[in-house]
Amino acid sequence: MVKNSDTKFKILDILYIIMMILPLICCLVLKVLTQPLSEGITVTGARIYFTLDMPIQPMPVTEAQVNSLAVMITLFFFCLYMTHGIEERIKLKRQHFAELIVEKVDKLVIENMGEYFKGYSPFIISILALSALSSLLSLLGLFPPTSDINVVAGWAVLVFILITYYKMKCGPLYYLKGFTEPVAFLAPINFISEFATPISMSFRHYGNILSGTVISTLVAAGLSGLTALLLGNLPGFLGEIPFLRIGLPAVLSIYFDVFSGCLQAFIFAMLTMLNVSGGFDMDEYEKRKLKKLAKKQAKI
Amino acid sequence: MEIAIGIILGCCALGAGTAMIAGIGPGIGEGNAVAKACEAIGRQPESKGSVTTTMLMGCAVAETTGLYALVIAILLIFVAPNLLVNILVETMKSL
Repeated sequence: MVKNSDTKFKILDILYIIMMILPLICCLVLKVLTQPLSEGITVTGARIYFTLDMPIQPMPVTEAQVNSLAVMITLFFFCLYMTHGIEERIKLKRQHFAELIVEKVDKLVIENMGEYFKGYSPFIISILALSALSSLLSLLGLFPPTSDINVVAGWAVLVFILITYYKMKCGPLYYLKGFTEPVAFLAPINFISEFATPISMSFRHYGNILSGTVISTLVAAGLSGLTALLLGNLPGFLGEIPFLRIGLPAVLSIYFDVFSGCLQAFIFAMLTMLNVSGGFDMDEYEKRKLKKLAKKQAKI
Repeated sequence: MEIAIGIILGCCALGAGTAMIAGIGPGIGEGNAVAKACEAIGRQPESKGSVTTTMLMGCAVAETTGLYALVIAILLIFVAPNLLVNILVETMKSL
């Protein structure tokens, strides 16, 4: 009886791991199949796989969308794998990691947003993981979805809606009054700076990842040009191998893909936390709550 | 016709180069931030973690203006020339 459940457990485990890796492999295969052969080193945007017919405007399905969907599926099964077989008495090693991550994120959220926003830690960690994994996709040679502005702008719009919701929580009139602070004639400028938040958030993330891609591509192209110039006279196939491209692009990749990608993910999550908790006026909200309670009791 | 296309390409390149002058600002700002962070860590080595986190946040925010310039420059190099040349060709055809 015990043995039977044990094999079942292991089979599920292996299934989760396979489902974690499968979408990324599918993306790689799709990219290899659709890449035109003659293309050398070029800077291009996301490749369009096919176009869907929509009522207003045809919707192109690009590499960025496909890759970000793959990242989501991978993260979903990663979460299932980490939480598989969780018990009160810790039996598996991975439960330690899972608990460590949850505790760290909870601590970070409470530290930056306060006790009221405690329920936000799943949202924050999912944005962080999605962004970090999307940027790290370039290590596999795939197109990183974060270097397409449409993906990042979607997240920024989501955060903007959250910020506005928490600003509106003290009533729409209080929200409108906030524009006339400190002086009434500054209202247009305040209005513009309200919309600057999502734009600057999306441009910051996308610009950082894109600049890394462009610089690595330029360096790789320059180095292969240099090898063709210096070692192009070598006999046979030796002359076609770009020897100088070994080494330096890897060092650049550690900075631009790994460090910059993870840092930008952290910064995006951090700015989300600061903006959402900064837009919420705790004192005013408590005051209104007390007033409402007093009114209710007076009626009774 | 060729002269007009040449002028468009040249001006796009010039504009991209000029836009990247904005890189000076974030450079100075981030340098200041890191210098102050080093001072703070020197004074209080036990607060290294929080100082580093705050510094990285500040650097990222200071970088934003530079990235705006970068986005404009990338648009000018990779997107604008095609667009402008297409417009030119079409207007020449309609004339």
